[in-house]
Amino acid sequence: MPLIKNGAFVEDRFVFIPEGQAFPDDGGVMVSLARFQSERDSIIAHHRPVCVRLAANENPDVLKDDLPNIDAIALEFPIFRDGRAFSWARMLRERFAYQGEIRAVGHFLYDQLAFLMRVGFDAFEVRQDFRIAEFSRAMAEMTYVYQPSVDRRKTVMQIRRGE
Amino acid sequence: MYRYDEFDAKMVRERAQQFRYQVERRIKGELTEDEFKPLRLKNGLYLQLHSYMLRVAVPYGTLSARQMRQLARIARDYSRGYGHFTTRTNMQYHWPKLSEVPDILELLADVEMHCIQTSGNCVRNVTADHFAGAVAGELEDPRPICEIIRQWSSFHPEFNYLPRKFKIAVSATKEDRAAVKYHDIGMEVITNEAGETGYRVFVGGGMGRTPYVALEIGKFVGKEDILAYLEAILRVYNEYGRRDNIHKARVKILAHQLGADEFRRQVEVEFAEIKRHGTLHLPPEELKRIEAYFAPPAFEDLPETAPEFEAAVKADAGFAAWTRSNLTPHKAKGYAIATISLKTIGQTPGDASAEQMDGLAQIMEDFGFAEIRVSHEQNLVFPHVRKKDLPAVYARLQALDLGAANAGLITDIICCPGLDYCDLANARSIPVAMKLQERFADLERQHELGEIKIKMSGCINACGHHHAGHIGILGVDKKGVEFYQIQLGGSGAEDASVGEIMGPGFGKDEIVDAVERVVETYVALRAPGERLLETYRRVGMTPFKNAAYQEQMYAAY
Amino acid sequence: MLTANRLLDGEVVYWQGGDWQPDFAAAEIFDEAEAAKAALDAAQAFVRDNKVVGTYLFEVRKEANGVAPVKEREIIRSLGPSVRRDMGKQALMPVPPAAAKPVHETSPPPPYPEEPDVSI
Repeated sequence: MPLIKNGAFVEDRFVFIPEGQAFPDDGGVMVSLARFQSERDSIIAHHRPVCVRLAANENPDVLKDDLPNIDAIALEFPIFRDGRAFSWARMLRERFAYQGEIRAVGHFLYDQLAFLMRVGFDAFEVRQDFRIAEFSRAMAEMTYVYQPSVDRRKTVMQIRRGE
Repeated sequence: MYRYDEFDAKMVRERAQQFRYQVERRIKGELTEDEFKPLRLKNGLYLQLHSYMLRVAVPYGTLSARQMRQLARIARDYSRGYGHFTTRTNMQYHWPKLSEVPDILELLADVEMHCIQTSGNCVRNVTADHFAGAVAGELEDPRPICEIIRQWSSFHPEFNYLPRKFKIAVSATKEDRAAVKYHDIGMEVITNEAGETGYRVFVGGGMGRTPYVALEIGKFVGKEDILAYLEAILRVYNEYGRRDNIHKARVKILAHQLGADEFRRQVEVEFAEIKRHGTLHLPPEELKRIEAYFAPPAFEDLPETAPEFEAAVKADAGFAAWTRSNLTPHKAKGYAIATISLKTIGQTPGDASAEQMDGLAQIMEDFGFAEIRVSHEQNLVFPHVRKKDLPAVYARLQALDLGAANAGLITDIICCPGLDYCDLANARSIPVAMKLQERFADLERQHELGEIKIKMSGCINACGHHHAGHIGILGVDKKGVEFYQIQLGGSGAEDASVGEIMGPGFGKDEIVDAVERVVETYVALRAPGERLLETYRRVGMTPFKNAAYQEQMYAAY
Repeated sequence: MLTANRLLDGEVVYWQGGDWQPDFAAAEIFDEAEAAKAALDAAQAFVRDNKVVGTYLFEVRKEANGVAPVKEREIIRSLGPSVRRDMGKQALMPVPPAAAKPVHETSPPPPYPEEPDVSI
């Protein structure tokens, strides 16, 4: 799937390894939380880029001690209406100060991109036919924001107060 | 009242453009209906039985004359000449075409209005006491904090895809006219032992299939912390509210399942995190700045009453009746709060025609009223009327067919649109409300019966607040035929309670008689000064039930 | 019968001869479940083409003077709000229905205006 990062299509450095399938000799891997937990030590020992993919009901809190060893976290949208990942991403960034990639995977819409960006996602697995111009368009739809969030954009209140 | 600055103005404009693009993509087929539906709902657009329906936010129920005129214009141009005021103090238009909706949003933006988050699984329009800023005994006007909550909740990036809808209401008096304990979050303005003003925060109230009165979660939350506290509640809900079953997805289920103590503990954890971050702190100067918008008009120093008022009470029995039911004491001497009933006998409860809306705006302009309020009981309110102007205002209302002297009385029926319009409904509610109004039309009888709140919904979603009715009526469907269940003893006020179901439903030709028998039972049993609600609480269901089913019992023999 | 709402204006439409039209009186009646199912399948092309949404079948029954929906919901959809006889399809009918029952005449239906005149 095409991957967008920093507003542009980029090469995906992770390959998803399904349950039961062996890891390739080298290269980055994306694994489920269960797989990561069961093979944690060997995965970390290998010193390869690793991305843990969390289902919508998996609280990233369980990864908090391993975050320095994890290059990316993929948060899954089973359906675009399931908004748990908005909170998970924010928790990773704000509570755990996670600096790695947070990737949106699964079913999400163009119309959610700006919100996803605001809560700390920085990578997006998009449909084959997604045009990059749409990404910039989504980011430009709303000029101002009312709430402080991960993106540290100045809120309307801050602008009003001359901060 | 609040006025948009350049930032607010730009946001509603851009939202209109954003929605225009969503509509274009839907029509072109780039969005499926399953994808479009949650997006259009977030902008208040439903597809109902006969047409689309657009729900316009009236934040904390406050409108200016200019806004009322624009609502009239939209009704005339896009909604076949009428609109409907709802129990969430919003305005609903039937009949707009999909392609016209972005144009309507532009017209709304022209007068600082919008449809943002009037539906969908997000934080909805914030409501307040409709007598805010006018009524005696108020700790402070609850609307400034409502406006701050409106801004904080609009386009909230984390909480736009919640498990289910989320409603917040604020009240600042002992009497609760905002039904705070029936909201996902209800806030009551209170003072602590140190004399500081803050909020008591209730969570998990709601109606619908499983009605709950809210739990007290925040005993006292300081003003500067309130947004952080709300954000903490929303986060707990977003993470752990149920998403597997739409009927169990509201925060009321989570809160009542966890219990107040555990829910509070989880909120406190998030609250501490958010506070540590510090970014959601509400500076007192910002609150003051917003409060300045809601400063009351400069009240004249008037005597307690006015000769014009006293003379009209003596001369006109209709006016005298209206003053008894539709006026509420004002905090300023010589003023009154006037409720404009949208329950004129023979009219759909809550509906207003474009002419009536224009007429109301004209009254506001002629008498210098800066604002009009929408109440959750589907009425309108002039909050600050000089007593000496009341006879003239009443005459003008009468000319608009809006002079019904029934506020708080048995014909002041709350009623959802029901199966006449709504896709979710199981039964009609408007025709039943109209028949009840006709049955109890006699004004003397209404006033003699005193405060009786009938609330009716056409389905279990309870938009008509039937659980909170002294007499609640729920329309149900039995094999395509409409039936109506009676509930007794509900209240949405400070003595909040969920009504008790009486028994099997009545047919549409039986329900009015059954209600009348309930009312007659009250008349026979009441102690002096007792309202129907109190009589029911004292004597219980049995005598009412026996009377209501009497006819059926005879029929069975 | 088979019904849906038109995407562009939300108008209630009924299936007739492989296409949608707004008149209940002209709607196709299916006596066999199989034929109804086939029509429902065929109708999905219009859903995919973004012309209509919410297709479903509903029951009608023979009455003295024609055919009427079994459920109140469909009676109301076929006419308009029962509390506003001046709104919806009923407002455009040559003779407004006296009772809350639409009638599927056995004789040819009156012509139905394509674009409802909203001033009525």
